This record gives sequence, structure tokens and C-alpha cells, in this order.
Amino acid sequence: MLFTSYEFIGFLLVLFISYYLIPKRHQWKLLLVFSYLFYFIAGPVYLLYITATTITIFFFALKIENLSKRKDENFSGDKKVHKALIKNKKWRLLLFALIINIGILAISKYTNFAIANANSVLRFFGVAAEKQFGFRNIIIPLGISFYTFQAVSYLIDVYRGTVTAERNPFRFALFVSFFPQLIQGPISRFGDLSKTLFLPHSFDRIQVSYGLQRILFGFFKKLVIADRVAVGVTEIIREPDIYNGAFVFIGMFFFALELYADFTGGIDITIGVAQVLGIKVAENFRRPFFSKSIKEFWKRWHISMGTWFTDYIFYPVTVSKPMLRLSKWSRKNLGTALGKRIPIYLASFIVWFTTGLWHGASWNFIVWGLANWIVIMISQEFEPLYNRFHNRFPRVKEQTAFKLFQIIRTILIMNMIRSFNYYRDVPLTFRMWGTMVTERNWRIVFDGSLLGLGLSMADYVILLLGVVLLVWVSLKQRNGAVREYISAKPYWVKFVIWYGLFLSVLIFGAYGIGYDASQFIYNQF
Amino acid sequence: MNELLEILTDLHEDIDFTTAEAIFDNKIIDSFDIVSIIAEIYDRFDVTISAEYIVPENFNSAKALFALIEKLQEEN
Repeated sequence: MLFTSYEFIGFLLVLFISYYLIPKRHQWKLLLVFSYLFYFIAGPVYLLYITATTITIFFFALKIENLSKRKDENFSGDKKVHKALIKNKKWRLLLFALIINIGILAISKYTNFAIANANSVLRFFGVAAEKQFGFRNIIIPLGISFYTFQAVSYLIDVYRGTVTAERNPFRFALFVSFFPQLIQGPISRFGDLSKTLFLPHSFDRIQVSYGLQRILFGFFKKLVIADRVAVGVTEIIREPDIYNGAFVFIGMFFFALELYADFTGGIDITIGVAQVLGIKVAENFRRPFFSKSIKEFWKRWHISMGTWFTDYIFYPVTVSKPMLRLSKWSRKNLGTALGKRIPIYLASFIVWFTTGLWHGASWNFIVWGLANWIVIMISQEFEPLYNRFHNRFPRVKEQTAFKLFQIIRTILIMNMIRSFNYYRDVPLTFRMWGTMVTERNWRIVFDGSLLGLGLSMADYVILLLGVVLLVWVSLKQRNGAVREYISAKPYWVKFVIWYGLFLSVLIFGAYGIGYDASQFIYNQF
Repeated sequence: MNELLEILTDLHEDIDFTTAEAIFDNKIIDSFDIVSIIAEIYDRFDVTISAEYIVPENFNSAKALFALIEKLQEEN
């Protein structure tokens, strides 16, 4: 059930009404029923997968917590030995649960990718096609990457003692399956989401209207902007031999706009639905296109994923005993400067490799991840140089023109890197980059060629106005919540704004022939 | 404590870590800094700070970090 379908709107209406009519203590139970119903409609067999993850993680988290409690109990023998023994048992339980759940994710998502790579190796050694491995028909449950990561974060938090294990399996099942965020995130932490997820909620007119307004803005971003510009992106990707040179450059901006409007639109709907229900879901974006570096961009884009990789992969890898030993050895033998860098660069490599792989089972995504890693590492290496420059010219940093230069530079680099995500394969992406230099076809910007991408002049005007609105909202957000700003306006202004937005979704939403009521991009990850 | 201050100052010469507060929350130190600090602490204090201790309470000030080092030294 797509977020942008009539069925979903009907589903929400029934939920919202019944949620506030039933006794408050049963609200979270109703949410669990609706979440499982949502997932059942997506695919009945998916329920088996999510239930397996829920049960195993719930069970192992309890076992781990029970062991943690035994750590401090009175013990007649050597306390250090007792603690070490408990720690070891906890670690083995954690590892076992991780193997099961990451294993389910890996098998369902990456088996065919592994087969394709194995076959490439076999082909290289001249093994005949009939002797190569056949692809398997494997189900990939919707949103498995998101709910697995969310459940795993809970398990590790319990292991670390930063959250208390949930004793009610049904409440935990709701945490894993909470439908608004099930298929495209954010990847919530138990410590954050549980603060409001299980509480009884009274009908709060202001919160409900803010939630509905956010849902509406999400629909606007998805239907009016993302699905419209997607037509142009699809056309440019479909015929790379025709759409080269300047088209590649323009395609990068089109895709940046599509991805931003699509993903943030989906998250707006998620957070808006949760807000109507009185539940607080953490923000996943903080005006990413205002970032002045790639490192900063990743602190503002898909925040929940970035912090997940930092907390559960980057830190554990870099501060693990073998890595600390490597750091000590490399400082001693390779010098302090290089020695310091090696563990960080190695751990970052692992993080970006897995980030790429998490996004999709293809080399495109892996190369995309590693391209991010390379740029971040290069900028890290240049940092002393930048610092020297800014110490010499301290006023430059504060100048608007310089800030603008940094923002535009970040956008351009991100656009280049992102093109790995949508071209057929990696060599083609590099070839298309090359055509931006070799093909001198910049006249297409002015000679009407852009109207041949399936977008009319009216579409471009709507997109331009949409972008102006997005930029205005982002600029306004710097001084506080936009919805609060609008709610302080006279009644007729509010009416014009929200009714206007509603009408624009109805009138300018990309429906009908030529448009595909497309899946959200992040649903596929 | 002086040795720890030296480690921190090496990373950010412009910050006075004897008085600085909320250095983790305010993103004065980032994830790269944190792992550098942990590696230095391992080197100089022979203390391993595992990932579960990387929380704002332990990294918001030099004082808090030193308290963590002392606690872990005691546990060892």
C-alpha cells in the first residue's frame, strides 16, 4: 500500500478515528494491529520475516539483560572472573542474535548479488554458462533493511545497558513494526520512540492539525515535485547515448531534486502520521542542501542512518582491541601522523562500504558509498591546509560569497557521486561524466531540447515554483517551525495557504497518463 | 589530567579544555576526534574505552572523560 494511494488515506482515516474513540490504554494495541495489517497487505509472507526478527531480538535482549543483572550479584569467588564470564556469555548471545538477524537480511537481499559476482569470477576462468550458479527466487520483505537495523539497535543498546529491555513482547512488536516508519525509516531508537509510542494520547487539536499539515506537505513534495521531475530523470537515464553532456549535468540536478522531494516527502508523511497519533518520531533531515561539506551533508541527510552506522559500526570497529593495537603499532612504526589516520580511514572504509551495500545489492551502490568515503577522506587530509588558509585570511570564512561557494561545491560533488545510483552500471556512470567534458551541447539548455524529456513548459514552471517553496520553507525553518509561523497568521491567510496547498496537490499532482504513481525510492532499500 | 588535556588540545588548539563544557553535544569534537582520543588514551593510560562508553555524559568535558578513565582503571 503506497503512502500516496487512496487505500492508504482510507486506512489512515479509519485508524485516526478509531484511535481517539477507543479507551486510551488500548491505543498502542490498535497501532500494533494496524501495523501488522499494513504489512500483511504489503505481502502476507513478509509477516513471517518480521515476526522472526521480533521474537529472536526480544528473546535475546531479555536473556542479555538478565545476565547483566547477574553481573553485580553477590558472588563468593573472584569477582573479576565472574564479571568476565558474564561479559563473555552476553557477547556470545549478542553475536548469535546478530548472526540470525543480519543473516536473514543478508540472505534475502544479497544472495543473488553474491551469485552474480561468483558467476563473473567463474566466467573469468572460462567456466561454461550452464555450469555457473543459477539465480534464486528469494523474497525480499519490504523495509527489511529498516526494521532489521531498528531491532538490532535495540539489541545492542540493551547489551550496552543504555536501554532497559522491554518485557512485553507485543509492545516490542509495535516498536519493530510501527507502520509509518516501517518501509523507509527513520531508523528510530527504542530509547527515543518508546517515550511516546506506548503512552495514552488524548486528542490534541493543535498537534493533530500540525500532523495533517505535515502529511499534506509530504504529499505535495512527493506528488507535485518528485513524481513530476522523475519523468525527466527516467528519460535521461533510459537513453544515455542520446542524453549525454549537458543532459548528464542537468540530470544530476533533476535526480537531486527527485530524491530530496521523494525521501523528505515520505518522511514528512511518516512524522506527520505519528504526530496525529501523538507520537514523536525523530527528524531525519536538517536542510541538507545548505551543507558546506560532504561530512556535514551526512550529518543533515538521513540522520538516523548516519548515526546508526556511527554508533553501531564505526565506533565498535575503531575502538575494538585489534584496531587499537593496529593504531598503536602504526604510530610506532609509521609515525604519529599516519598512525593516527589508519584506524579511522579503515573503519570509515568499512562504514561506507556497508552503507553502500545497505542501500542496494549492486556495485553501483558500493561504489557510491566508497566515493563518499574518498571525498570525506580527501577533505580530511586537506583540513590542515584549509585551517592555515583561514588563519591567514580569517574574514573569508564569514563572507556570504564563500559560504555560498562551499554550499554549491557540496551540491555539485554530491550530485556527481549520486549519479552512481541511477545509471545502469559503474563504467557507464564514468563514461557519462566524461561526456560532460567532451560533448559541447550546452545549447540544449536554451534550444527547447529540455521539453523533449517528457516535461512540458507548464511542468517546468510548476517545478520551479515548487523549488522556490522548498527553499523558502528551508530558509524559514532556520528561525523556527514553519507551521507555528503560519498558525500565528490571520485565519484567512491560513486558509489560503493550506487550502491552496491541498488544491495544488489535487491539481498539480503527477497523476494520469505519462506518470507512474511510483514507489518511494527509499522503499527499495 | 594534564596528559588528557594535552591529548585534547592537540586536536583543537583553539579550545580551552580545562573549562569547556558540552564539547560532545555542541559537536566541538566529532566522531573522528573521539576515536583519536580513545586511541591516545589506550596508548598513554592503557585503558580501553569500548563503544558503550561513547555517550555525551562521558565526552562532554575533560573532567567527565578523566572520571571515566579513572573508573575504568579501577575496574581493571
